[in-house]
Amino acid sequence: MPMTHAKTDMMTHATTHTMKHAMTYKRRNIYMTLSLCLATIGFMGVLVWAAVPLYEIFCRVTGYGGTTSRAETAPNVVVERVIEIRFDAGLHRSMAWDFTAPAQPINLRPGETALAFYRAHNPTDEVIIGTASFNVTPQKAGSYFSKIDCFCFVEQTLLPGQSADMPVTFFIDPSIATDSEMDDINTITLSYTFFRSKQAANINIENKQPRG
Amino acid sequence: MANGTTADGMIKEQAGDHTDRPKGWRRYVYSTNHKDIGTMYLIFAIIGGLVGGSISILMRMELQAPGDGILGGDYEFYNVLVTAHGLIMVFFMIMPALIGGFGNWFVPLMIGAPDMAFPRMNNISFWLLPFSISLLVLSLFVEGAPGSTGVGAGWTVYPPLSTTGQPGPAMDLAIFALHIAGISSILGAINFITTIFNMRAPGMSMHKMPLFVWSVLVTAFLLVITLPVLAGAITMLLTDRNFGTSFFDPAGAGDPILYQHLFWFFGHPEVYILILPAFGIVSQVVATFSKKPVFGYLGMAYAMVTIGGVGSIVWAHHMFTVGFSPNTQAYFSAATMVIAVPTGIKIFSWIATMWGGSITFKTPMLWALGFIFLFTVGGVTGVMMASAGVDQAYHDTYFIVAHFHYVLSLGAVFGIFAGWYYWFAKISGVNYSEFIGKLHFWVTFIGVNLLFFPQHFVGLAGMPRRYADYPDAFAGWNFVSSIGGYISGVGVLIFLFGILHAFARGEKAADNVWGEGATSLEWTLPSPPPFHQFDKLPQIK
Repeated sequence: MPMTHAKTDMMTHATTHTMKHAMTYKRRNIYMTLSLCLATIGFMGVLVWAAVPLYEIFCRVTGYGGTTSRAETAPNVVVERVIEIRFDAGLHRSMAWDFTAPAQPINLRPGETALAFYRAHNPTDEVIIGTASFNVTPQKAGSYFSKIDCFCFVEQTLLPGQSADMPVTFFIDPSIATDSEMDDINTITLSYTFFRSKQAANINIENKQPRG
Repeated sequence: MANGTTADGMIKEQAGDHTDRPKGWRRYVYSTNHKDIGTMYLIFAIIGGLVGGSISILMRMELQAPGDGILGGDYEFYNVLVTAHGLIMVFFMIMPALIGGFGNWFVPLMIGAPDMAFPRMNNISFWLLPFSISLLVLSLFVEGAPGSTGVGAGWTVYPPLSTTGQPGPAMDLAIFALHIAGISSILGAINFITTIFNMRAPGMSMHKMPLFVWSVLVTAFLLVITLPVLAGAITMLLTDRNFGTSFFDPAGAGDPILYQHLFWFFGHPEVYILILPAFGIVSQVVATFSKKPVFGYLGMAYAMVTIGGVGSIVWAHHMFTVGFSPNTQAYFSAATMVIAVPTGIKIFSWIATMWGGSITFKTPMLWALGFIFLFTVGGVTGVMMASAGVDQAYHDTYFIVAHFHYVLSLGAVFGIFAGWYYWFAKISGVNYSEFIGKLHFWVTFIGVNLLFFPQHFVGLAGMPRRYADYPDAFAGWNFVSSIGGYISGVGVLIFLFGILHAFARGEKAADNVWGEGATSLEWTLPSPPPFHQFDKLPQIK
């Protein structure tokens, strides 16, 4: 199909060819489609960026992944059923503390409030701030495991050589007894893993007293 | 193929005063021509397929008998081979062939457009791929897992295996390779969407577009929606590995399951990205060789839209063993099974297209029929494992391997070969030999079935995936499977010989090689089409 191009730059040849049809194709529509595609990509990008906090909220609301919930007060009903609570302590591979769980499991009736002490020790000669991640197994019990107070709610600071008891006050939601999916729950393991907080670099020892 | 286009195009060029057309290497490196770029994609896909296929032959040699085989007991190297095979076949063979190759060649031709909407972007889409695969190849030569080279984390690169399990830089190179391949695909997808929406010839309404164009449109949408999620997920992997974040590390309050969600939000639509263009090709081929318009055109088009839509909300059926609540499992099971409905519409519509048609069993039709048969087998095992309860038993066994090779290795690849033989004359300008084409089909058909069908048996018997060795009890069917692998390898050699033979023979192809059944616009053009087509846009009635 013979045709003559005014422009002879080889790089723009095919583009010129398409642009010859620019009268036929509405440039505005083409760039509108392009913008919508880019907007979709941007939107999906934002969704991924938000995936981490959204997933965290999702876990907190649904108890997904064994995420425990928080409560202000203890319930006033106690159910006649005994669930054994076991304790587990772990450390991130970059965390230099010693961290131990209560050795003995406790037996707890849903609705009763219990208090347990973990123990942490900082054997190094530097100040280390730690945060504890947590969950329970079986994971499906997460939404029925409520904490009133916990060392995992805030960052913990240990001075060089310091040891501290780390308390957690919790209860099992009595409504666990009415959920048939929870009938096979006889044991719940509460697990904490301490990892180093990023802010550890510049802290003022005088003002930051460890809890204990 | 490239030679044919050049030789033929030059004659036209002199006649048409096309003295400004890029010549030699510039024609390809600087190319903004959708047909040249499509050709480069096809050649790239053939090379990718040869590399990925050679790797699978190595794996089958290792697995031919129990005990240490050709790999001499280097099990991490086996993992590296599995990973490379998966990534190469998905990103550097099927996608370049179906979307980049046939999509670039025939979407503009079929809708009556002179080129793609953004020809320069088309150029960068292609040229990112060689860089991407170079990074992946480079990763084979640097440390991955401690004491060995290459990435051995599987194509899914799940943490913690891909973070603490693969501390070497090989994993980082593979992540960059995926980033670049992803950018390439996103740019290509934007180009297809813009072209299809805005550059259809006068009278070519959306509901008159050939089904192959529909399939590429749905595919492009899936790419635009899901690839940013993959990019985000592997970026988090990268920061977890190198910058001390713990998105996926439970010890730092992260969650490895989040990675699986993000990955499969991309990964499941990805399998439809791989198969939908093959659906499109099979629709064109079946209609052409039945000399009938495709049965239920609108149903076929919207079945693909439905598959794309529903396919994007079923990702967690890849994760039934991570400990979902029964309700979650019930949802993902049910939603997954729903996909069988639009897929069934497609299968039955292909059969209805053939029903009462005047069928000729040319090579492309054989591949299309092979596709329908084998894809249905893979689809049925798919419905089986959609059931969460049963999937717990199938998970990570060879039953899964058999399933996804039936839909992808046999499904998508048969679709590629159907398209290859259907359009070979149009692309190259020369006819292929029907005898060699049919020989290629039958050898491949026997080979791949011998290769993958026994894997159902060993899978149901409990043989796990991704191990270089197995108990003696599985030896028999693994031997059969390996023999099938070698026969399929011979099929690839016949395929390559067929290309050489066609060009050596040089039998000039007609404009419309398939006669009255071939009704889409590409058959109104010479074979191969001129360097620029549709200077006067066609009118569609």
